[in-house]
Amino acid sequence: MAAGCRFVAGYPITPSTEVVERISKRFPVMGGTFIQMEDELASMAAVVGAAWTGTKVMTVTSGPGFSLMMENIGLGAMMETPCVVVNVQRGGPSTGLPTMVGQADMMQARWGSHGDYRLIAIAPQSPQEAFDLTIDAFNLSETYRVPVMFMMDECVGHMTEKVVIPPADEIEIVPRVLTDKKPGEYLPYATNGWPVPENVRAGDGYRFHTTGLTHDEKGYPVMSAEVQEINVNRIIDKITDNADKIIRIEEEQIDDAEVVVVAYGITARVARMGIDLARAKGVKVGFMRLVVVWPFPEARIAELAERVKGFVVPEINLGQMVLEVERCAAGKATTTLVGHAGGGVHDPQTICDAIVEAAR
Amino acid sequence: MSTPARTKSMDEHPIAPYLRMDRIPHIWCPTCGIGTVVKCFASALEEADLDLDKVSIVSGIGCTGRSAGYMNLDAFHSTHGRAIPFATGLKLARPELEVVVFSGDGDLSGIGGNHFIHAARRNMDLLVILVNNFIYGMTGGQNAPTTPVTAKSSTMPFGNFERPFNLPHLAASCGASFVSRWTSLHIRRLTKCMRMAMRRKGFRFIEVIAPCSTLYARLNRLGSGLELMRFYHDNATIKHNIDTREVDIGYQDTIVCGNFVDEERPTFLEAKDDHYQTIMGDRYVPMSPEGGWLHE
Repeated sequence: MAAGCRFVAGYPITPSTEVVERISKRFPVMGGTFIQMEDELASMAAVVGAAWTGTKVMTVTSGPGFSLMMENIGLGAMMETPCVVVNVQRGGPSTGLPTMVGQADMMQARWGSHGDYRLIAIAPQSPQEAFDLTIDAFNLSETYRVPVMFMMDECVGHMTEKVVIPPADEIEIVPRVLTDKKPGEYLPYATNGWPVPENVRAGDGYRFHTTGLTHDEKGYPVMSAEVQEINVNRIIDKITDNADKIIRIEEEQIDDAEVVVVAYGITARVARMGIDLARAKGVKVGFMRLVVVWPFPEARIAELAERVKGFVVPEINLGQMVLEVERCAAGKATTTLVGHAGGGVHDPQTICDAIVEAAR
Repeated sequence: MSTPARTKSMDEHPIAPYLRMDRIPHIWCPTCGIGTVVKCFASALEEADLDLDKVSIVSGIGCTGRSAGYMNLDAFHSTHGRAIPFATGLKLARPELEVVVFSGDGDLSGIGGNHFIHAARRNMDLLVILVNNFIYGMTGGQNAPTTPVTAKSSTMPFGNFERPFNLPHLAASCGASFVSRWTSLHIRRLTKCMRMAMRRKGFRFIEVIAPCSTLYARLNRLGSGLELMRFYHDNATIKHNIDTREVDIGYQDTIVCGNFVDEERPTFLEAKDDHYQTIMGDRYVPMSPEGGWLHE
């Protein structure tokens, strides 16, 4: 709401329901619209449709709903529609552990919809970040005209902690900047220098056309390998070429580190205790927290791989982001998964043990 | 009279200003009925008293799903079956828009059937034009939820045995405030019906029976485009206000047309505004007609 979101479509799913319950109470007094749709397919479609009015939009779900949203997340990527999708992750697959924590949708956030595309995913570690980073998520979705996946987990989602909400005038909001070109001059998917097209919205007389089909600058479907090449490369390049601006990591005690723990979300907090235990044993271990998870900090992992012995990746899944770490380390440092199938967080001792082993 | 995007010149088609002429020729087969329905829609737009800058059109996927792309309006070619929820978001986030959904039977009643019944239940403020050609055309003539019993399709090569939807009855029973059916032969009546629906509110549903001579008619040996039109001429009957339970379509049977439901009842947006105003009084802040972003 502080980010300017005024339209939410959602469908109830544990453990995310508190978000839509709060929004349904607040929106009527602040000029926003919440609608509980018939399913998550509809929620995501409604969100993409609503975004084309210039309104800032969001939906909220968990794993099973996230799966249903994939179809129209792809539409959002192809139509280049700013929107935020919150996934409060629970244990999977299928219905899994509805009330208990998981982090097993991280690869789905990156690859879940069919075809080639890129989007942005963020993983908060605290209620404060759930506030702060949601604003960033909206801002990034505006800047790059892309769906942003807000990858909470059940622990962070249900956590009670102090949250400082700054005064409204201290919150930086990236507004929807509409084109100043005139109807007739404006091409919905033309770019000029900056790889993101200018925005337009329905109802302003532009008579524009947009489609999930491969399209040219006019937004008209063109079924050819040549236009496909241009279209798909541009929606990928706008993220990869700006990855340095989007990527956000936090590093602790990394300078002398022989082992680096890479973690995100609730597991980042658990990992710190594992790190403290290992440091107490004299192991030189550093920490990298992924704040923005996608795009992934490839270059930084590759750089660290040149000088550390190994990476330890605890996550509440049986091996997802660890694959990225391993890929970027490219055999120059060991990579160890500390997996957890979900339903709880790690015992910090298991992380400590993995660190000690990696330092050997 | 609505204002088109541009005025027409003497030597072009009367509805050219309502179409994206730079996308013509269209993809539809000769004798396909969809183009006729688009023509009727364009004529209805011309005659309606609408600000066309504020009219958006949303299609799903399929042959009829290409319709939005030919209209000179803000046009959205969305995903298969999701035109109604996409349009719902568009309408609710900028309530001053008139949002039209224009798609096919497979799209709206097959893969999108759940959205259809819920939008009708909510009396969502949408005009839904469904072109029913009894078959999945774009993918090659597969069975649809509308294929009449015994009609052949490419996935029911021995004839369909599944009972099809009676779509006007489905819409009416779910709560749509305006329900009608015509065929693509009824050009004048269909245009008038569309114009009428543009003046109504809530979930307005128009089913248009249209020929697919490339697939449905060929698989069932029903003859040429002209013969299909002749069939409509001989077998369509107009019964306004008839109970929608009686408008099932059998194979090569009578097609009951008419305006079946035309009732005023609160639309989703009216119900929402009325309810919150009653409960909250002045504390209620409705969505700005122009959308939610301008007032930040």
